[in-house]
Amino acid sequence: MSYDVTGEVGLQFFGKMIASISHEIKNVLAVINENAGLLEDFILMEEKGVPLNPEKLKRISTKAKEQVKRADGIIQNMNRFAHSVDETVKTIDVIDTMELMIKLSARFSDMFGMSFTMGSHFDPVKIETNPFLLQNVIWFCLDNIMNLAKNGDTVSIAVEQNGCDVLIRFFGISGLDGMTNCDLPAERETILLKALNGKLQVDNGAGEIVLCLNGNKN
Amino acid sequence: MRVLLVDDEEELVSTLAERLSYREINADWVTSGLAALEMAKNYKYDIAVLDVKMPGISGFELKKSLQNKHPAMKYIFLTGHGSEDDFKTGAEEAGAEYYLVKPVNIDSLIKKMNEVIGL
Repeated sequence: MSYDVTGEVGLQFFGKMIASISHEIKNVLAVINENAGLLEDFILMEEKGVPLNPEKLKRISTKAKEQVKRADGIIQNMNRFAHSVDETVKTIDVIDTMELMIKLSARFSDMFGMSFTMGSHFDPVKIETNPFLLQNVIWFCLDNIMNLAKNGDTVSIAVEQNGCDVLIRFFGISGLDGMTNCDLPAERETILLKALNGKLQVDNGAGEIVLCLNGNKN
Repeated sequence: MRVLLVDDEEELVSTLAERLSYREINADWVTSGLAALEMAKNYKYDIAVLDVKMPGISGFELKKSLQNKHPAMKYIFLTGHGSEDDFKTGAEEAGAEYYLVKPVNIDSLIKKMNEVIGL
């Protein structure tokens, strides 16, 4: 299972994720920059006779540590995402992959004023597949859902083992309700689904999209 | 000079507002477009400094809404990492000179603020 099937689409997906991550890191740097500037302001004021306030200094230190922690999380996600292209076939935990994709998509879902949530999973749900292609098709699902969802929506996601198959259920998609013709899967999804031996089922009435991955033939 | 700072990064706008206050610039801050529209109803601002990408209303959309009600207000845009398309739109909306990439140097920001209101 090579990356040739995705071609330009896969590269665009990779670029979109990296651009979003770089944007997040820029925001972290901007916060650190302002706090460093604030520290300089306090030093300049101290030189003019305004005593340093230890509480204010402590507050800056706390904010800097919080931003370092935030950046560390962003970079960990980026690193995991980058390594998803290391192997074309690998046994992975779909729950881990789904959680990573929710994190990578959080900035986008924020922009749409909606969010994704996953219930607790106690056991891993494993499948042998192409990790990058799976992430790509999950992103397309999330992207479609973000465009369908209404402001304030929370769309739930469940990962289920069904024999050898794995089902990823996206439910509570308010925009699907009342739609008679949903054009999913479109061409971009179809190419990936074929490569992954998966299918996409849309239930407009139930407001649900299910991504089915065949565990036997990947 | 009275300034409205709008960015969904609360730590960023609150700190920037504090630093501007030490420079005798009266800056209010909010973290969403809707909150900005509310603030602009109650106070008269000379300049709005807007983050381009925010949840709900984008910086560009917010500018249009503010401009309808407050035609004299001037604008400076901030962006985390401008794509070429964002830059083109930002330059059209505010002029390339008033489209700043984060992290921003406060002295450069104040210089732009003075320029945009003609000081």
